[in-house]
Parts: sequence; structure tokens; C-alpha cells
Amino acid sequence: MDLSAINPILLIAALMSAATPILLAATGELVVERAGVLNLGVEGMMITGAICGFAIAVETGSPTTGFIAAAVGGAVLSLLFALLTQVTLANQVASGLALTLFGLGISSLLGQGYVGVKPPRMPDVNFGPLSDIPVIGQIFFSHDPLLYVGLLLVAGVWAVLRFTRAGLVLRAVGENHDAAHALGYKVVRIRTLAIMFGGALAGMGGAYISLIRVPQWTEGMTAGVGWIALALVVFASWKPWRVLLGAYLFGGITQLQLNLQGAGVAIPVEYLAMSPYVITIVVLVMLSADKSAAPGSLGRSFHASS
Amino acid sequence: MKLTTLFAGAAVALGLATVAVADGHEKTKVGFVYVGPIGDGGWTYEHDKGRLMVEKELGDAVETVYVENVAEGPDSERVMTQMALDGADLIFTTSFGYMDPTINIAAKFPDVKFEHATGYKRADNVSTYSARFYEGRAIQGHIAGKMTKSNIVGYIGSFPIPEVIRGINSAYIHASKVNPDVEFKIIWVYTWFDPAKEADAAKTLIEQGADVVLQHTDSTAPQAAAQEAGDVVTFGQASDMAQYAPFPRVSSIIDEWGPYYVARTKAVMDGTWESTDTWDGIGAGMVGIGEISDAVPADVKEEALALKAAIADGSYHAFTGPINKQDGSAWLADGETADDGTLAGMNFYVEGIEGDIPQ
Repeated sequence: MDLSAINPILLIAALMSAATPILLAATGELVVERAGVLNLGVEGMMITGAICGFAIAVETGSPTTGFIAAAVGGAVLSLLFALLTQVTLANQVASGLALTLFGLGISSLLGQGYVGVKPPRMPDVNFGPLSDIPVIGQIFFSHDPLLYVGLLLVAGVWAVLRFTRAGLVLRAVGENHDAAHALGYKVVRIRTLAIMFGGALAGMGGAYISLIRVPQWTEGMTAGVGWIALALVVFASWKPWRVLLGAYLFGGITQLQLNLQGAGVAIPVEYLAMSPYVITIVVLVMLSADKSAAPGSLGRSFHASS
Repeated sequence: MKLTTLFAGAAVALGLATVAVADGHEKTKVGFVYVGPIGDGGWTYEHDKGRLMVEKELGDAVETVYVENVAEGPDSERVMTQMALDGADLIFTTSFGYMDPTINIAAKFPDVKFEHATGYKRADNVSTYSARFYEGRAIQGHIAGKMTKSNIVGYIGSFPIPEVIRGINSAYIHASKVNPDVEFKIIWVYTWFDPAKEADAAKTLIEQGADVVLQHTDSTAPQAAAQEAGDVVTFGQASDMAQYAPFPRVSSIIDEWGPYYVARTKAVMDGTWESTDTWDGIGAGMVGIGEISDAVPADVKEEALALKAAIADGSYHAFTGPINKQDGSAWLADGETADDGTLAGMNFYVEGIEGDIPQ
């Protein structure tokens, strides 16, 4: 065992990067669920975003354009879900699962010509002298822009949901769509927008994997991150800052267990491998001991006639 | 994906079956069950190349179907059942985790022939086949031992099964032969294919000082991570991964399944198929060594090629004594070579490797 091989500064920097795809996707899903819609298609939207972002970044040579394309791709795919669940009133669970299958299929189709291609690299943000501060500089000021965008989105979503009229309306639609409808709010329109926002963020989360974290395109490369993001929203009891905490915990313990293995720590590896899931769930369940519950209308279809 | 591909596969199979009937003669139908996507650039990609070779070599006499991304476990039983019901004559199941499902389904369909890759359980209608990847890993280990400057070689392991442990031992033995100071850092990721996880594992190893990273997982993510790190050597695994050559990928182990698949399909067509156990290596052409790039010094390249030649003609065995087990107990005496039984069930590290094998 050689714990000195683990560099805590690099570990923290790595965990922030590892957590970002989950964070982006979960933040989007949180907004969707707060609007009363359960979209299980996160994995499908992520992988679609991963290939859209990758393809466009390669074609244009600009990672930024790639991320915009990923957001658009995820949002467009989510429109399919919106059409099924908001217009034709299809079952949300089934539609979400179908969206995942569809997304995995269409992404491998779109990605045919991109296997083995190297994407343009997104440069880290230049913080100038800030990044020269020992320890703190390397941990907080040495990342790609999308990581900070993720953090800003969490703060933004929290602030909008808590302090603005739009957030209040969104939550009202999620808690009781009939009451919101009676008050004159356009339930379907609001939900569709929320679904598109969730799709855009999931798409960006996927592109973060294909453009920054790995960076390359292979089929099925999101490998279940979307499902983790979905679970995280529930365990975080639909609160943005807890989503952030959960994502960082998950990313952190994932990285830590890899580091411990490399250092030759004699803990059975199976325990290390499952620890990110277990610890994240335990911590978030402990936090959710308060009275917060799921949005009242979560998963229920709405039609103005009812 | 699993379901969609299954449905698509079933639909295609149905369509083809109708065509066959319309033609008036029955085609030999060969099914392939893949653990990853055919676009993984590694393991599954090479199996699918084998499938394409069957189609090319045997033409209209055969039709092939495949299902990709099949999870090891109950899902794979469903896929195999579906293939058998759709009239497959021969089914290749191409991952270690399909072993028990293959045996189960084979018992239900005695008329269908099964071929399981990398397993050890056989039946009258179940053959096993595998390649001696450890021979290739000996050559990689040799190059790794010569190329490392930090004397730390990182190794990304998938699952702690004999196949993977054998590879680690073979690589370590040959690395430490040319560089007695070499140290292996091993990270188990418990997946065959998860690019993000493999990339994280590679980055972790690099952060901990490894300047050569070997992998026993299927994606090219470790190569991408090494490329970003700048001065880290990697090897192609299962597939050539030449897009990362000449550096960081300096050589590779390539699976060559095609000729075997063609031969076995022919055997089914001729009615000469019987349950066998095939374990071929570099000599028989089942394991290929991808071009050793110019990033490797000429003398090292020469030694590696000499090693390859010696293994191919059988004059050298990758596990030749004296070799002790990790705990220091004797395993192979001077000049003794390991028998296939021990190799097939290998569950111990050789002396010099630190850490425990997860049980």
C-alpha cells in the first residue's frame, strides 16, 4: 500500500470533472420532474447529445458549437417524448423507456462515421493569476468552461425555482396540474418547455463525456450515467443543491476508489466498486429525512378536459 | 438498444427466412451474440469482422444474424433462445459471462450447435474456443518493461477471471525480465466496456506515475487519455486501434476470429461439426501482433519480434520456469512450462506483483 501515490488535489480536480455529466443531466431532469413529468429517457437524450455534440464539434472544429448542437439534439429528441406524453397522453414511464432505446439506436446510427475520430479539444478557462494560487488554483481554476456552466446552472435553477414567478408557476404545474390549469396556466406548454430544457441539459451532459471526459465517440459510451442521474434526482429529494452534492459525492467516490486500487489498498475491490452507489444513496437518504416529497402530479398525464 | 436490436434482428431474420424459403433451399444460419456494440473498436468489433468474413467466404450459402450489447445473464438467455427459435444452426456466444446461459440454452436446443468464446464448460452441442492472448501479452510486457521510465506500469483489469489474471502475469513476467525494477499498478473496473470508466482508470494510473498503461478492457478510451497526457505508452487491445499509432499506441494484440468462424460454419454445413475445445495462439494465427511503431527503439522492436517468432514456432512458452507464485511458493521449476489446465484456471499472481486478486 502506498497512499502517498494519491494526490488529493488531482483527486478533487478529477472528481469535479467526473461529476459534471451526471450533474448536468440530473439538473435538467430535476426541472422536468418539478414540472410534474417523469422522463426516464435521460440516458437516450444523453447519448444523442454525445453524438450530436461530437459530430458537430468535429465538423466545425469548434467544441463550443458542439455543445450547442448537443443541447439542441437533446432538446429535439425530448420533443418526441413531449409529443407522446403531452399531446397523445401516452404513459410517461413507457415513453421514457422508449426514448432511451430510441436514443441509443439513433446515436449509433448517427455515429457510424465517427468511430476513431479525434475531436477538437476545448481549452481550459484561463483564470490568469488565479490558477497559480497553490492548491486552490489547481482545484477550482483549472477546468474546462462546461464544468463552470454546470455549476452556474445549478445555482440558476435553484434561484429560478425559489425566487421567481416562473419558478412558482412551474412548481404549481408540477404539484397540482388541475389547479394550475384552473388558474389559467398553460400546463402542456409549460411542461413541454421543461422537457426541452431537461433534454438540452442531458444532451450537454452526454457531450461532456464524448468531448471532454473520454474524449472520443463509441457506441453506448454513456454506459448508464443517465440512470444514475435519474436516481440522483429522487435521492436529492428534488432539490438542486443536493443534486450537486450527490453528483460530487458519486464522482468523488468513484475517483477515490480508482485511486485506492492504484495505491494497492487491501479493501476487497467489489466493495470499492459499489461504494459510490451505496455512499451516495445513504448520504442523500439521510438528508432527505425532512418532509420533502415528490411533486404531487409527478408522472400523471394532464388533459384540459379532466 | 437490446430490445430494439433484438426486434430488428428478429425482423431481419424473419425476412431472410422467407427469402430462403422462396429460394427453395435452406441456408445455414449463424447467430452471433455480442457483449458490446460492434462499433466499440475492440473486442466486439473484431468478432463482427469474423462474422463478415463468414458472409464473404461462404456467400449465399449462409446468412448471419447478430445481436449487440447483450448483457451477460438472463438477457443473453433470451437472445439465444430467440435465435434458436428463429432457426439458427450455429450460435457463437462471444463473452465469458455467457458461459452458463449458453450451456442452459444448448440443453434446450440439442439440434443447434453452440460455440462459446473463452469459457471452459462444454456439452455435446457446445464447443469452446479462445485465443492465447497471454502470448501477445508477453510481447507487450517485454515492450512495456523496456519503455517505462518511471518503472510503473498501469494495468486496467476488467473482471478477476483466469483470462485476465493470466494476461497480467504474462505481461509482468516479461516486463520484469527486461526490467527488474518494474512495478505493476492494477485497477479493476468491473466492466468490459465503459469508456468513461476506462478513461478515468487510465487517468488515475497516469496521475499515480504510470507511463505505460496496459488494458484488458475493450474501448479505446485509455488511448485517448494517454494521448492527452502526452508521454504515456499504450497498446491496442483486441483490435489494432491503429488510429492512435504511432504514439501512444506502440503495438497491439489483435483477435483474428474470422478463419475459425469460417471453418466452424463449414463444419456445420458438411455435418462434420463436433464439440471441441480450441485454444490457438500466435502460431495458428488466432492472435495477431499489430505493427510495432517507430516510437519503440529499433533494438527493442527486434527483441519483441524475436520473442514473437519464438512463441509462434513453439520454441518458447510464455510461462517457462523458474516462476514462483506471489506468496513465494514454487510453481514452475527451471525450464518447466505451464500446462493448459493450470493456465485455464489461473487464479493467482506470480511473485513480484503486489496487491490481492479480488475474490
